[in-house]
Amino acid sequence: MEEYTLLGSKPTRHGFGEALVVLGERNENVVVLGGDITGSVMTSLFKEKFPERFFSIGIAEQNATTIAAGLALSGKVPFFASYGAFCALRNADQIRISCCYNEANVKIGGGHAGISVGPDGATHQVLEEVAYLRTLPHMTMLVPCDYLEAKKATIAMGEMVGPAYIRFGRSPVPLYTTDATPFEIGKAHVLREGNDVALIACGALVWECLLAAQELAKKGIQARVINNPSIKPFDVETTVTAARECGAIVTAEEHQVHGGLGGAVAEVIAKNAPVPIEFVGVKDSFGGSGDPDELMIKFGLTWKEIYASALKAIERRDKGSVGFRRVKDVERYIG
Amino acid sequence: MNVEFSDISFENRRRTPQELTEIATEIRRDIMKMLVLAKSGHSGGPLGSSDIFAALYMGGVMRHHKNDPHWEGRDRFVLSAGHMCPVQYATMANAGFFPKQELSTLRKYNTRLQGHPGRDMGLPGIETSSGSLGQGISIAVGMAMSDKLLDKSDRRVFSLTGDGELQEGSVWEAAMSAAHFGLDNFCWIIDNNDCQIDGRIREVMNVYPIDKKCEAFGFETIVIDGHNFDEIMGAFDKFIENNKNGIGKPTAIVAKTYMGRGVSFMEDNFKWHGNPPNEQQAEQALGELA
Repeated sequence: MEEYTLLGSKPTRHGFGEALVVLGERNENVVVLGGDITGSVMTSLFKEKFPERFFSIGIAEQNATTIAAGLALSGKVPFFASYGAFCALRNADQIRISCCYNEANVKIGGGHAGISVGPDGATHQVLEEVAYLRTLPHMTMLVPCDYLEAKKATIAMGEMVGPAYIRFGRSPVPLYTTDATPFEIGKAHVLREGNDVALIACGALVWECLLAAQELAKKGIQARVINNPSIKPFDVETTVTAARECGAIVTAEEHQVHGGLGGAVAEVIAKNAPVPIEFVGVKDSFGGSGDPDELMIKFGLTWKEIYASALKAIERRDKGSVGFRRVKDVERYIG
Repeated sequence: MNVEFSDISFENRRRTPQELTEIATEIRRDIMKMLVLAKSGHSGGPLGSSDIFAALYMGGVMRHHKNDPHWEGRDRFVLSAGHMCPVQYATMANAGFFPKQELSTLRKYNTRLQGHPGRDMGLPGIETSSGSLGQGISIAVGMAMSDKLLDKSDRRVFSLTGDGELQEGSVWEAAMSAAHFGLDNFCWIIDNNDCQIDGRIREVMNVYPIDKKCEAFGFETIVIDGHNFDEIMGAFDKFIENNKNGIGKPTAIVAKTYMGRGVSFMEDNFKWHGNPPNEQQAEQALGELA
């Protein structure tokens, strides 16, 4: 098991932008559509390198999404990036019909995800798009945890066939994965072993889970930390194994608690291995202006909430409020 | 009612107005047969645009190979007004893309002839799913960008929208971008029958003047009688000439049509936008479309 230590701090959007250049070098069919905020979502890097394959569509996300479908149906690999509020939800029907129903090879990068956007406030802090996108047939939905994973995930989605969306953020977040850290669409991976509680997270909250696990260890609680960047396709096996072996789960995400990663985990757990589950996320409210750090505290998206939720989930498990027990508890009882 | 489809098909070549009139009548007959069997679907728009479709697919306007629908050199057609698909299905069957007998499966379980075009069903010649209004034209713009700006090919892209569809704001986003990118390989056909489900266009939401809007958005704009083959072919000829001359502007053809054209009790009556004929009405329609 690799130890994860803080290597620095960098926004995930940098990983996205740099990956587009890599993809552009590897595949001449990769084209990028801009939605006026190209510097902010880092598509400007591609624009500088491959101006003949960059098209500025202006502030017209519905059109950009659908033009992308037309390009994809012509054999191109179009990426369109904007802020998630505008390129996942304003254009929701275009994604559904022109991209997904068509099985068009369209790639969308949604920046400014979550409240860590900061001062821009609620209109620009998208907190709902994971819930929508993961219900769309044929869609692939990725939420990378740090800069390097964002880069790997963007390259992976550019090299697969089919509609795909990647969620990334504006503000710098801890960088701790390395070239050796595995990334594969459809796979979650265990960052830290433990059998007392499973902390399953995506995006910036994965690091907070690692911090929470450190604190839990001081109490003798060994938490399994799972990074789940692939919301769809979803890694059922890793999740169910965690439920069976840990017996208690906490999900954590910079998204509404309804319908996002937590919802996806709950669906899988309810069907396969019902154990207590606690949800850390934004609780049915809009964001607001402020510094990213103070907003994360205000909205309860730090290791402290994950820590408290872990204790609560463990308590629920041990009180037996749900019939399912860990394998080792059952064995102890039988023994 | 006993409904049979003929097994004739028509080559795609330059034709006289008289020949195109006969083909368009056959398309209209097929539309009536399809809809009476389906017991649901749109009569008005398909009948109203049959002349345009006959010219596009069998008058030598679009380059396509019925036996090789994915032929690299083909021109592409995107039906942005997806609900009008009966006319596209009937036209493609008459052009030989698939057997006409399959027209009897319109809107039925597991059919390739979905109620609105579904690309996933694999019907030859269907380039894209459509039915959510305002999207097809943007897809067509993306295709035209790919052909002209990236592949530097001489392929052309045609897209037909309704006039009610012009109320969707994204249509104008697409129009803006077609002109911005100088897509003289893109032909936008507006089926201006002045009807939508709720009534006359100007009463539901006025989109007029359509031609002046197209001009202002940067289109070479041609207004035609959409039932006059001299004017239809003249407009398509002009578009192709514009493309060959590289004028750097897309072309818009505003086709004045009558919903339900060819069937007396349907003509210019918005009540027939979204309804099929019953058996008696279909018999009468087929009698008129002899």
